[in-house]
Amino acid sequence: MVMEIVCPAGTPAALRAAVKAGAHTVYCGFNDETNARNFPGLNFDRSEMREGIRFAHAHGAKVLVAINTFPSAGNEALWHRAVADAEACGADAIILADIGLLDYAARHHPGQRRHLSVQAAAANADMINFYAGTFGVKRVVLPRVLSVPEIAAINAETGVETEVFVFGGLCVMAEGRCSLSSYVTGRSPNMNGVCSPASHVDYHEENGVLDARLGGYTIHRTGNGESAPYPTLCKGCFGAGEKAGHLFEDPVSLNAEKLIPQLHKAGVTALKIEGRQRSRSYVAQVVRNFRAAVDALEDGRPLPEGMLAGLSEGQAMTTGAYKKTWR
Amino acid sequence: MSVATQPIPIFPPTAAIPLRAMPLAPLSLALTAACRRISRAHPGLIRRLGEHDHCAFALDPTDLPVVLLLEPNGGVPRLRVMRGEVASDARISGPLAALIGLVHGAFDGDALFFSRDLVISGDTGAALALRNAVDDAELDLAEEFSAMTGPLAAPMRRIFAMAERRTGVALTRPEEAGTW
Repeated sequence: MVMEIVCPAGTPAALRAAVKAGAHTVYCGFNDETNARNFPGLNFDRSEMREGIRFAHAHGAKVLVAINTFPSAGNEALWHRAVADAEACGADAIILADIGLLDYAARHHPGQRRHLSVQAAAANADMINFYAGTFGVKRVVLPRVLSVPEIAAINAETGVETEVFVFGGLCVMAEGRCSLSSYVTGRSPNMNGVCSPASHVDYHEENGVLDARLGGYTIHRTGNGESAPYPTLCKGCFGAGEKAGHLFEDPVSLNAEKLIPQLHKAGVTALKIEGRQRSRSYVAQVVRNFRAAVDALEDGRPLPEGMLAGLSEGQAMTTGAYKKTWR
Repeated sequence: MSVATQPIPIFPPTAAIPLRAMPLAPLSLALTAACRRISRAHPGLIRRLGEHDHCAFALDPTDLPVVLLLEPNGGVPRLRVMRGEVASDARISGPLAALIGLVHGAFDGDALFFSRDLVISGDTGAALALRNAVDDAELDLAEEFSAMTGPLAAPMRRIFAMAERRTGVALTRPEEAGTW
């Protein structure tokens, strides 16, 4: 069976670009705090979502709606409305993280297929089977902290479909548990849908030296000719003792295209591309590349070599935890 | 549609010389008229700016001696061509070809930023909102400007096409590859 390519769309134009480029499935969110990419100028209002889903279905593609932040106390109605509206718009599945919201969706919208977001940080078979048994979850998006053998072990112990990230921004923390962004901006992906929000980012360039700041703190300083990073704390450059360096992770992007055969062998159902905040140009390029790769795998042909380095943060790529090495 | 992988063309310095002295008011008037036409045809542009729809955006082609100051004004935009220091809420700087290519989806904005072909300063949130709004609008500037010329639209399109071939600048929206 062909591995499913699950692509990001931050705008209706990106959704159309993804579908035309060969995406089997597109994921997107409403333009509010219910999804984990609540960036300025991004996301879908209700009519755009309805039209986007109609377009995707007309071209044989599916649409998943991410409602994957954690409802704030007293404001649960916003998330409940998002679940109802996603179903009314014709979503093929909703992607949820919060246990309360999963329970609400299972009770009030039992016919709506439910996926477990990476934000739920479900990283072992017991946890995944709990979500499946209790809330009827059909698919889980695995955290980006697992190796390929660990993914294979999970698939051996669960009947739930697994979806793994193969390209894009690399979150190196236990997702849904990380509060680093909150410490310097007061806003987090978990509660507000934004990690290192652009409203708290500023750049200052002088004589070719670029300072990238988050919440007023300089996170990176890059010299003339060096690539520019987006300032997130987990990929910041810090001093400790007499050493300075990237303590958690370098500013790199994930690219696991060469691991697709191993992920297939490990029982993975779907390959997810990160980047709802990226342009339709990025979406089209990355989708074409990965669609060609999974089709080649299906046909028994060698996987085409990618040309995606220029699209990556720091213009550098890693296979992340899939091939785990520690320093 | 594909991400441009060729080097970004730089505007020839000699061709930019007239911009150092020529009167800019007529150019500003023409560009403002074009902007208003575009915002009427693509209402999502202003809507996606959200809280940033009254910001002033300085679009700074680093290979030209002028700066474009875009003020969306909540739906009645103004685009002025200016020289010297230009105050703004957010500034996006890069070669003219990169800025135009970004509008047409020939380039990925983040990739240009990572490679430092594009530099952002000021309100990053506002700059991001503008980038996302423009990306969703699927604009074709050559088509918009050609349509403004009435009966001259057809020859204008041919001129834009010829200029695109000769300069390598994405003056039109690239044709999307066929559906998979």
